[in-house]
Amino acid sequence: MTKKQLKRVDIILSPYSVSPYQVLINTVKRSKDEVIKEMINSGLRGRGGAGFPTGLKWKLASEQISDEKYIICNADEGEPGTFKDRKILSEVPRKVFSGMAIAGWATNSTKGVVYLRREYKYMVADLEKEIEVFNNKAKEIGLDFSINIFLGAGAYVCGEETALIESMEGKRGEPRNKPPYPIQNGFKGKPTIVGNVETFASASMVCRYGADEYVKFGTNDQHGSKLFSISGDSPKEGVHELELGMSIEDFVHEFGDGDTKAVQVGGVAGFCVPRKHFKTTIIGEGQTTGGATMIFNSTRSMYHVLHNYLDFFVEESCGQCTPCRVGTQQLLKGIEAVKLGEKEPEYLEQLIKLSQTMKVASKCGLGQSVANSFASIVTNFKEEMIY
Amino acid sequence: MSELKTVISDQIKKHGKGRDALMPILQSIVEKNNYLTNENMVEIAKELDISAADVYGTASFYSFLETEERGRYVIRICKSITCDMKGKGKVLRTIQDMLKIKIGETTQNKKFSLLETNCIGLCDQGPAMLINDDFYNHLTPEKVREVLVDYIRNKN
Repeated sequence: MTKKQLKRVDIILSPYSVSPYQVLINTVKRSKDEVIKEMINSGLRGRGGAGFPTGLKWKLASEQISDEKYIICNADEGEPGTFKDRKILSEVPRKVFSGMAIAGWATNSTKGVVYLRREYKYMVADLEKEIEVFNNKAKEIGLDFSINIFLGAGAYVCGEETALIESMEGKRGEPRNKPPYPIQNGFKGKPTIVGNVETFASASMVCRYGADEYVKFGTNDQHGSKLFSISGDSPKEGVHELELGMSIEDFVHEFGDGDTKAVQVGGVAGFCVPRKHFKTTIIGEGQTTGGATMIFNSTRSMYHVLHNYLDFFVEESCGQCTPCRVGTQQLLKGIEAVKLGEKEPEYLEQLIKLSQTMKVASKCGLGQSVANSFASIVTNFKEEMIY
Repeated sequence: MSELKTVISDQIKKHGKGRDALMPILQSIVEKNNYLTNENMVEIAKELDISAADVYGTASFYSFLETEERGRYVIRICKSITCDMKGKGKVLRTIQDMLKIKIGETTQNKKFSLLETNCIGLCDQGPAMLINDDFYNHLTPEKVREVLVDYIRNKN
């Protein structure tokens, strides 16, 4: 087997070789339409996992007519296996604030909010200092845009953009019906851009390098670099900035411990890829990903892994949609019953059908994505579910 | 009660009397008293002119807005898969043995509560836990013992 060196890139996490606020100053001298066009041409897609084209989001928000618009940076990273936003906000927060300010300027928004998950409260003091630096800088260059922090209170579902907005409005974090989308009717009913931490940092990088340079990275499907949160059975756990478009085989070569049995791509809401599919699965093609990759070696019980995921979903389902609330509980009970021999192995097929129903009948990404990990683990590790 | 009113009015000064002042109010009370009492929630409802059920509905949705009595130090150990794989079980047993409490319980002197929590974003440094706002990573039974001994001896 030939060992292919993964292409490492160093765009987002590199130190400030050019001040992100200089990038901001240079960008706001251009025309707004031109910058939005640049963002569209860069092909940048949301880095939280959903992968919505960033340029298009900005364009749609810029076309909304309103006395106030909001830019919200989603730092509620609750997906098990994801911790890149913590690293970005600790090491290069100015890239994020610069991206938020550019988005604000381009869409005529004057207020930015960083929605920080409660678990990261220990980061607030440092972030507030950085935000003060930013707010002073914005005043100095005459840009009408300010940022503040909103602290979450512990709920995975609030990573969903409309649940996040509900939470900021002092309500239960239950996702709204879409449409209307936040760009039409968001925080306090005003047009709102909700973007991932890494997306805003990437947007600032697009403005720095230009779309032509930026598209040289990545695949035809997804451009640029991506941060990967790597954990599990790996000697190189941590955040790594890589180019999209690598096969899992190459990935495992570099980050596995030599005995990798399965890789969970995209956190517990993503897919579990078994060894036999390592060669043919390309990360960043077809499926978008938030970059969480958990590596399991052959000592791990995949029943135990799935049980842990389902426990998580049962607790974090907001309870609003019946298919998700009841479905997550039934999937958990179901795999326990099969394991104990109370149900025939064929029952697993019915459970997979249930998970597919949840995919079409749930309102938000939480209920819709349970089937991803459920079906991929049950199908590929069926014997571990039964014996 | 007057102390509570000060907390509420401070937050209203900052955020206005609208519903979006609710989360900051709830958070600052939990920060002060470790949890929210029913009386707290009724009082907040009066101040913001919303129903007490709305206040309870919001508070009970979020895992860090406690509506049951908690100790001064709330230990939240991560139970997500990678922390679990790295030996969270042994760490948890060590804590339970030392403090003589189970998950969800509070010590008699009201100093510690023990909870399990979902992913706290330290998957590359597991097993990990939070004690109030501070995190502890790469835990082993020995390390968690040292951490707790420090809390028992040196913190009130």
